[in-house]
Amino acid sequence: MKAFLRMVLVLLALAEATAAGAADFATLVAALPAGGYADRAKVVRELGLSGDGRALKVLTALAGDDLKVMADGAVVIVYEKTGAAVGAVDGTDKGTPAADSLQRIKLNNAVRRALRTATGMLTLRDPDPAKRLSAARDALRAADPEQIEALDAALAAETDPAVKTVLAEAKAAAVLKSGEASEADQLAAVTLLAQRGDEAAQAALAPVVNAKDPAVAAAVKKALADIAEARKLWGLAQNVWYGLSLGSVLLLAAVGLAITFGVMGVINMAHGELVMLGAYTTFVVQQVIRADAPGLFGWSLAIAAPLAFLVAGGVGVAIERGIVRHLYGRPLETLLATWGVSLMLQQAVRSIFGPDNRDVGNPSWMSGAFHLGQMQVTWNRLWILVFAFAVFTVLLIVLKRTAIGLQMRAVTQNRAMAANMGIRTGRVDALTFGLGSGIAGLAGVALSQIDNVSPNLGQGYIVDSFMVVVFGGAGNIWGTLAGAFTLGIANKFLEPFAGAVLGKILILVGIILFIQKRPRGLFAVKGRAVEA
Amino acid sequence: MTHPHAIGGLPPETQPQLYLDGVSRAFDGFKAINNLSLVIERGELRAVIGPNGAGKTTMMDIITGKTRPDEGQVLWEQTVDLTKLDEADTARLGIGRKFQKPTVFESHTVEDNLALALKADRSPWAMLFRRAGAAEAARIDELLGTIRLGDARKRLAGDLSHGQKQWLEIGMLLAQDPQLLLVDEPAAGMTDAETMMTADLLKSIAGERSVLVVEHDMDFVRALDCKVTVLHQGSVLAEGRLDAVSEMPEVIEVYLGR
Amino acid sequence: MGRPEKRLIDRRLGIFLAGLFLLTVAVPVGNLWMAGQPVPTYLVALIGKYLCYALLAVALDLVWGYCGILSLGHGAFFALGGYAMGMYLMREIGARGVYANPVLPDFMVFIGWKELPWYWYGFDLFPFALLMVLLVPGVLAFVFGWFAFRSRVTGVYLSIITQAMTYALLLAFFRNDMGFGGNNGLTDFKDILGFDLARPATKVGLMMLSAVALAGGLILARWVTTSRLGKVLVCVRDAESRTRFLGYRVEHYKLFIFTLSAMMAGVAGALYVPQVGIINPSEFSPANSIEIVIWVALGGRGTLVGAALGAILVAAAKTILTGALPEAWLYALGALFILVTIALPTGVLGALEGGIARLKRPAPAQEVEA
Repeated sequence: MKAFLRMVLVLLALAEATAAGAADFATLVAALPAGGYADRAKVVRELGLSGDGRALKVLTALAGDDLKVMADGAVVIVYEKTGAAVGAVDGTDKGTPAADSLQRIKLNNAVRRALRTATGMLTLRDPDPAKRLSAARDALRAADPEQIEALDAALAAETDPAVKTVLAEAKAAAVLKSGEASEADQLAAVTLLAQRGDEAAQAALAPVVNAKDPAVAAAVKKALADIAEARKLWGLAQNVWYGLSLGSVLLLAAVGLAITFGVMGVINMAHGELVMLGAYTTFVVQQVIRADAPGLFGWSLAIAAPLAFLVAGGVGVAIERGIVRHLYGRPLETLLATWGVSLMLQQAVRSIFGPDNRDVGNPSWMSGAFHLGQMQVTWNRLWILVFAFAVFTVLLIVLKRTAIGLQMRAVTQNRAMAANMGIRTGRVDALTFGLGSGIAGLAGVALSQIDNVSPNLGQGYIVDSFMVVVFGGAGNIWGTLAGAFTLGIANKFLEPFAGAVLGKILILVGIILFIQKRPRGLFAVKGRAVEA
Repeated sequence: MTHPHAIGGLPPETQPQLYLDGVSRAFDGFKAINNLSLVIERGELRAVIGPNGAGKTTMMDIITGKTRPDEGQVLWEQTVDLTKLDEADTARLGIGRKFQKPTVFESHTVEDNLALALKADRSPWAMLFRRAGAAEAARIDELLGTIRLGDARKRLAGDLSHGQKQWLEIGMLLAQDPQLLLVDEPAAGMTDAETMMTADLLKSIAGERSVLVVEHDMDFVRALDCKVTVLHQGSVLAEGRLDAVSEMPEVIEVYLGR
Repeated sequence: MGRPEKRLIDRRLGIFLAGLFLLTVAVPVGNLWMAGQPVPTYLVALIGKYLCYALLAVALDLVWGYCGILSLGHGAFFALGGYAMGMYLMREIGARGVYANPVLPDFMVFIGWKELPWYWYGFDLFPFALLMVLLVPGVLAFVFGWFAFRSRVTGVYLSIITQAMTYALLLAFFRNDMGFGGNNGLTDFKDILGFDLARPATKVGLMMLSAVALAGGLILARWVTTSRLGKVLVCVRDAESRTRFLGYRVEHYKLFIFTLSAMMAGVAGALYVPQVGIINPSEFSPANSIEIVIWVALGGRGTLVGAALGAILVAAAKTILTGALPEAWLYALGALFILVTIALPTGVLGALEGGIARLKRPAPAQEVEA
């Protein structure tokens, strides 16, 4: 009976306060436990509108089921761990009440929704712009007509232009939802959201497609169509980006092979393991830096790249001098012998570093992502693309513009003639093979940023990189470039329809069929000598 | 297949074994064969000469179906369009080819080399069940006599000398019983005596079969004593007896330089 | 590649077959009837496994040794034959599976399938399964070879696309919705034609069957390679272009031997699966297929018997080394690849017989157009 009386009193007070236009914070908090769910949701909304700095804490506690009513009717926040209670309004110490003496304030979905909106509105006034932006996005998603007032207030106070834009969009969404604004206001709201043009705008517009006002309904319909179109294009762009990114990885893995296989005609099955050595070099460099000079971590990749080139290139020269040299003119035997090398390199790395994945870190400039329109671009993928092009360009220059490049081309075209001209063909062979291998090492540095660094790293790339070289046409590094990006993009476009694995299978089958049609690849070296 | 009457400008009384008209083939813009026309009569012996790069090998590739011409007509016995066929087809029609570098099956015996070349059903199924017969043995004996390798019949072809390989390849060519023999520089690497012997052999083959010889060696061509076609930059520069041809100023210019 | 003898069973093959016969007699006696069981049952299954590998090696030698086609995808044909047999063995389990479904294998029940996919029909019949053991690898080889040989893909290009073929199959069989048990493959077999697979007598029987299959495969391969067709195959290997100019349709010959070889590999796979008790997608891995090549290369390319010996030698070495010194196995295998290609181009058998016969021959033939 006593409780009932208290409730009536509080409700009366609340009615009075609402009538007065602005309820007292303490009154509102005291009213929280009273009445049914609908009353509670109303009080929560009032608290959200109040803009009182203390309200956020109370509402968060309510959402977390930490707001309780003591036996004397005081509303308190109870700390879950200690059980200590403080007054919700003034923060006074209320001791540690017994758990069974406390009464819960129950929530249902409507109240929870109100809570989210209210906390969102309160965060809209947060001093941290990032928090305000996130709250504004929440408001856009909620599109709650009852927030219009709060959004107006926040818009007036907002200084950050990015937050302001989203706030305006959130308001537009709310205005459209309410359907009570003037036709001009509604049309302006549609235009604003259409400009945003993303999934959130779509979600805000979709429910009002059947607006009462026919002009608004038509505008919404058109805006939705425009957005769908734009999103399709952005989706396409995103897919192209994924494809380019995969293509750059394939290019890195294959371009070294384009030298050893394409230019020299040597099948190096250990190519993947040279890539792996590059990745492990990166790992070792980072270990040393972590231990001795943590400040240099941002430079770890720049330090690792030349070392990886030397390590993989050195191993490559050793393979050429030790094995491949004895097998020129016997490509199938070369294939088998270098496969043997690949097994030994795998086992060596497994023995030294263990069979598990090693942790190679991303320097800060390699981590994170940014948005380009509606496209997400991760920094590591972007840098790898840049790196792949840089490696490719340098390689082109080395082959076409330097003395050693000229000698390489001379030896591969006519060995006997080159030898007669005084070129030391053995040295050129070793250097060419070393160059291709060194590039594999560079690829390893890049791949360590996006793939697991394990002894099996190379195995995953060997079939793919051969496919790229064969598809592009052996003997032509431009073909390798075209092959890598064609396959990369084709793969990413097949994935949504066929799934990742089936997409890859389709690509493989496609290449197998393609080789039947054009046995010498996309960019075949034509001419009588080849045809014979 | 083109009907014989479809061929324009051909005298009706002649029966060419091989007929090339307006044939061209380019490799990466370089015209290896350029508007080449050539007629080989049934039973004719013909020598084709020309400097390096004149298109002799490409011409043989086109006749045997190894290379497709970009344009032009290549007809076999006036009816069969050779541009639609491949090497195996043309060989089965009766075109035998000997390469400049002797190519025999080195892991097989001399005898087997000849047996595999003998005219017979070439399908895998037939080959799986075929066993040597008396007629075949007799034919091989005869061929071994012709190419003077009777003593070497059980030796591996890979163990033969260069000259012996040349002869074995000619023997294989004969074993195919071809209507037309394309012979690429048979005298290369032969002694003078062997060269003359080869010329005699080719002359004796001509008559019942047509023979087209590509050769650099002028003494050899003279010994063949036949009509000569001079190729230059992929087309026919001159045609006629060797004596007449070698006096033509344009031929002299090509051979002696400008 | 020594000078071929004309007889169907030459001395080399004769010795090998005699050895094989002794083995098929000694192993059952030692396992089933002698006191103290000098041949333990695990060894029986192991020998059976080696014999299947040997048959697989003979199949590869047919195409590589005699026709010059270096297939890096022969493991795929082996695995397909194995899967065909595995499917029969799965159906044979019947209601004895964990889920006691009389029709669906356990893994299908597990991923929530209600009906048997159409391509599993008929595998409850042993003769049908046997037919598929031959047909599935044979048809794949025929279709693949039809495209590849017709467009004259040769040498390393061919090797690389055969590797791509087995890699594509590897990825495909890893997928659960292919209906072949995904990652785990097919396993937990109970019996074959009513014979309990766990019983030693069944294992002995399977091992003897493998020996018979190997002997049959060797004799068949020997018959084919000593025929005229076999001689044409060697012509294709040594001088493909010349063979065409003699009027032989090289692609038909390649297709014939490639398909035959794939079917032999399928039989080897089918015998292998009941003996090891499992077939999973790892059999499709490119590394497996390349390992087959080293068996043949070690034993002696183009000798058939050498290929079989090489397979047994390497497989036995693998068993011993991976047991005793697991770290050393890949080093040893890698070194083997390098040594054999550089120092032993004719393989162990070639070196042995070459040492005896001292055949002196010039460098091997080169292609006309080279």
